[in-house]
Amino acid sequence: MQQIHLGTIDYAILGVYFAFVLGIGWALRRFVKSSDDFFLSGRSIPAWICGLAFISANLGAQEVIGMAASGAKYGMMTSHFYWLGAIPAMVFVGIFMMPFYYGSRARSVPEYLKLRFDEKTRGFNAITFAVMTVFSSGISMYALAKLLELVLGWNFHTSVVLSAVIVLAYIFLGGLTSAIYNEVLQFFLIVLGFLPLVLLGLKDVGGWDGLTAKLATVATNAGYSEGAWSSSWRHLDAASANPMGVEWFGMVMGLGFVLSFGYWCTDFLVVQRAMAADSMTAARRTPLLAAIPKMLFPALVILPGMIAIGLHATREGGLLPLGSDGTPNYNLAVPVMLAHYLPSGLLGLGLTALMASFMSGMAGNVTAFNAVWTYDIYQSHIRPGQSDQHYLRMGHAATVFGILLSVVAAYAATRFNNILDMLQLVFAFVNAPLFATFLLGMFWRRTTGHGAFFGLLSGTAAAAIHHGLVLPQGAVVGLKGGFLGSVLHTYPSEMAQNFWTAIFAWTACFVATIVISLATRRNKSDDELKGLVYALTPRLTDSGIVWYKRPATLAVVVLGLTLVLNVIFW
Amino acid sequence: MKLDLRLPIGLMFATFGVMLTVYGLVSNDAMYATSLGINVNLWWGLVLLAFGLVMLGFALRAQRRSKSSATHSTSTP
Repeated sequence: MQQIHLGTIDYAILGVYFAFVLGIGWALRRFVKSSDDFFLSGRSIPAWICGLAFISANLGAQEVIGMAASGAKYGMMTSHFYWLGAIPAMVFVGIFMMPFYYGSRARSVPEYLKLRFDEKTRGFNAITFAVMTVFSSGISMYALAKLLELVLGWNFHTSVVLSAVIVLAYIFLGGLTSAIYNEVLQFFLIVLGFLPLVLLGLKDVGGWDGLTAKLATVATNAGYSEGAWSSSWRHLDAASANPMGVEWFGMVMGLGFVLSFGYWCTDFLVVQRAMAADSMTAARRTPLLAAIPKMLFPALVILPGMIAIGLHATREGGLLPLGSDGTPNYNLAVPVMLAHYLPSGLLGLGLTALMASFMSGMAGNVTAFNAVWTYDIYQSHIRPGQSDQHYLRMGHAATVFGILLSVVAAYAATRFNNILDMLQLVFAFVNAPLFATFLLGMFWRRTTGHGAFFGLLSGTAAAAIHHGLVLPQGAVVGLKGGFLGSVLHTYPSEMAQNFWTAIFAWTACFVATIVISLATRRNKSDDELKGLVYALTPRLTDSGIVWYKRPATLAVVVLGLTLVLNVIFW
Repeated sequence: MKLDLRLPIGLMFATFGVMLTVYGLVSNDAMYATSLGINVNLWWGLVLLAFGLVMLGFALRAQRRSKSSATHSTSTP
């Protein structure tokens, strides 16, 4: 694509933003006195801040660039990532799981697994999670630097070093509090930076009706019925009727249940934000409050992609740059739209918002990494029984080498693209079954440590076997699947293949955990499981809180609004 | 709360608002051909300024309240 030229005002905006990011870290440095302050913000953050950080930590590169790309490629069906997946999962974690996470005083998700099951289950989760966060952060850094190189002509190395130094500085100074505060700042920046783009785009295409008309052209050109790009549920009756290549069962079960619940309920990156809340009620309200802006995000991140493809298809000469195979480069939808609509000034704000989204993704991963490394690997396996100051110093050190490892991962990505793809695949295999382990662990006291551990392994193996025996349409045997020798089934799209891999992994883990638990002896007594398992934990009463502030009320409101959105865009 | 987060949020967006509004006032109309002929810098600058000031207002009100309650509690034995 043509490079964007930035003016003085654009650089000034970027500069002001960096000054505030570092300033917040600096202002918070004197509050970090213990390891709890550094890793858990001393459990003192109000619910609204935790809530915004909860979604902002996830608002990284994948969300802003990836959701717009999906919006262009698959249309309105991308909204299922929100209205079918994320929102119900966030309600579930707030209402049902947070009481155990927060109430058990576990300091991390792996630590909960240790309290509930045993050391090996924790170790497995801690190590895979730590490696995964470092690589996610590295991939974020790589993607940001690549994008800046392509769009602005910035030097790749300068971008990597600059983003690493800034993120390092503010986490090192203020720990999790600093990461959370900056995530909230980034949240507002992303919303207010992208909103003018969406408004101008919508005005240009003639509102939702104009967009629907343009998307009808996109759909008929691709051989689908007219509404395939502009409705979320209507074309889910058969996999061949929609661009995603998924039918309703794979969508609801794979994306809506296994993948979304697995991510939002067990990923320490987001759960850590709620654990930092100042009270149990605040911790439970964190994901619920987060769900309210989250349900409006499709307008901010998916809509620009849909507008871009609508303009691309109906305009002479197209809008998006074409790849070598002649298909549009969907990943450039957001930068192209920014350059297309925003003049110098707002362009600087939009690009700053884009950079903020990459950095919040990085910072989120690094703070989750240093907590899991220090608590679940270093304190429990390498040097137990040291003073709190010792672990605080380790947290600082972990921040530095976590970021250094991310830089290494970013450079590895420039050379060995396949290795990173493979790692991501392995993590997908590890993560898909995890939700089954948590579900059984929290709601069935008979689940044993051996059951959990070997159940997880079975789920991971099932994911790998399924992936190894199937292939998405048009792909070659290798990382995309089919590596176990024969291809038993061909899915219409990679998306469909992923959803079904998750379904198989979850089911295998669920069944294996139950069978092995019944065959092995319990390793924890009822007494030890108090506060960790639903049936053995006293019910929380919210009677002390005004009815409209209760988590249950919020949950009903959130689910009701989500239902309405699903119906409107059916 | 350790540091009222609304303070830096308000300050940052008020700064952005002033920068964009002023830039919108002095910039040449021709550059707004990309943005459908609307001076988006001016208008969005005003939106950001308003948002920033509201955030600052909340932060200052909270500060005044906590101060007055602090003096109140020390004066009563």
